[in-house]
Amino acid sequence: MTDMLVLKNIHKTFNPGTINEKKALINLNLVMEEGDFLTVIGGNGAGKSTMLNAVAGVWPVDEGSITIAGTDVTGLPDYKRASLIGRVFQDPMTGTAASMQLEENLALASRRGKKRGLAWQISKEEREHYREELKTLDLGLEDRLTAKVGLLSGGQRQAVTLLMASLQKPKLLLLDEHTAALDPKTAKKVLDLTEKIVSRNNLTAMMVTHNMRDAIAYGNRLIMMYEGQIIFDIRGEEKKNLTVEELLRKFEDVSGEEFADEKSLLSK
Amino acid sequence: MGTIILQASGLNIGNLFGSFPAGIAQGIIWGIMALGLYITFRLLDFADLTVDGTFSTGGAVTVMLLLAGWNPWLAMLVAVGAGLISGCITGLLHTRLGIPAILSGILTQLSLYSINLAIMDMKANTAVSASKTTLAITSRSIPSAILTGVIIAAVLIAAMYWYFGTEQGSAIRATGSNPEMSKAQGIDINRMKVLGLALSNGLVALSGGIMAQFQGFADVGMGRGAIVIGLAAVIIGEVLGDALLAKKLNFAGRLAFVVIGGIVYYLVIVIVLWMKLNPNLLKLFTSIIVAVFLAVPYLRAESKASFKKAGRNAVRRQKEADHD
Repeated sequence: MTDMLVLKNIHKTFNPGTINEKKALINLNLVMEEGDFLTVIGGNGAGKSTMLNAVAGVWPVDEGSITIAGTDVTGLPDYKRASLIGRVFQDPMTGTAASMQLEENLALASRRGKKRGLAWQISKEEREHYREELKTLDLGLEDRLTAKVGLLSGGQRQAVTLLMASLQKPKLLLLDEHTAALDPKTAKKVLDLTEKIVSRNNLTAMMVTHNMRDAIAYGNRLIMMYEGQIIFDIRGEEKKNLTVEELLRKFEDVSGEEFADEKSLLSK
Repeated sequence: MGTIILQASGLNIGNLFGSFPAGIAQGIIWGIMALGLYITFRLLDFADLTVDGTFSTGGAVTVMLLLAGWNPWLAMLVAVGAGLISGCITGLLHTRLGIPAILSGILTQLSLYSINLAIMDMKANTAVSASKTTLAITSRSIPSAILTGVIIAAVLIAAMYWYFGTEQGSAIRATGSNPEMSKAQGIDINRMKVLGLALSNGLVALSGGIMAQFQGFADVGMGRGAIVIGLAAVIIGEVLGDALLAKKLNFAGRLAFVVIGGIVYYLVIVIVLWMKLNPNLLKLFTSIIVAVFLAVPYLRAESKASFKKAGRNAVRRQKEADHD
């Protein structure tokens, strides 16, 4: 087993020295092994998305190191880490370029982290390949290769973003509450598709979610965050047998807080 | 704005049609300028005010090199280079120094005013005579000027169609369409912005060089309002293209309509001048045209769904309910 992601003593404080100072990540440590499908839960402000953004390289961390598949990426901005990372965002509009064609979006994604020269953006073979890949989504998109992505629904766009993230197999797939903006039925479809794509490509994935049931149902490992730290880490059989009630109790134990106010946020 | 146009006086239809060919030639040149503007305004989503300065820079560089005995095409090539550099500077001010997009363009534009004067030996206006110098295009021969303009525009449209279909060109388009997504796909969006601004201003400088030859002089103020004229061409072209070909246009077709938009815009100018509008009022007229065209899509959407309408509907429903 190789370590796909190693977070070592990560610290991040937003607005340091101001009245809005927020210690978002405090001495965070995490190791993900190849093939891990990790779900991340926690209340608002617990640091879930902050951890994911630190890995993606949205901003530099204050302290600590980030290693993806053996490469130290701590000093690299997001676009230079992109060759290692596939990303799907919370807002379905974020992951695709609305004014560009579906096949153009896929072509952009299949060149993730590669040099972009003066060759034509899509080859004939690629187009065929995209058609085959789109068929697996089962959304009828294989006939709409030249449609502007802006014409697709939110669910379709998330499905396309997922496909884009996996076209060029990433070392790490980052899913940032990628079903939160969808209706429950579409969310379920996109989650099932996520699982399919992750297992088919044997990807290592990190999925942030607000939904405890999803966090339990998907993936082989679950962590819970609280005030910038990981307070709970469970995997394998133990995770499979987990219930929402148990999870809430654990949260109370470790945080020493009533979950009354958090309960509404950590929706069941 | 060109001595030929000013001759169209007297409300005489013959005079009007007589000045159409020259108007078409000037329109094509503004259309070429608008092709450059299209890169920043539509593809990069960047309102670039540099172009007012770059247009004059292109004219100044071309005229000075012509007077120094250069071949007109080589002179224009150097003008393109000057435009590329100007665009780079705006791009670097924005991406490396964090200056807002519009302000970056204004800063470069203003500094170009001094630089353009310096290029022309601190004179505001420099003439170049078609009888003493070899020019690529001149108003003395309108038919060949139109032909040359059309050929240059066609070559540029073909080149842009190719470039923005390549991996690099599509990365520029992606940057304008969705910067977040672009970064996630490993695109250096700052580099793409600088590249797009450079290419755009290179084309604008080229059109300035063509215009200076056509009108027989370079003027430090010849680019004033160029961005608004370019926008007019882009928008008129888009409206016409959508109306005539119902959105079936590909990228090359849309670019062709941008040039046509430039021609239509300039013919409108010819007509209002023929109607004895004081030429000093042209900039006001142009601004109004652009404001109207930009406002129409917004107002159309407003007329379908606005608070006013919702309020009226609610009152009407209430009245109907009261009646029942």
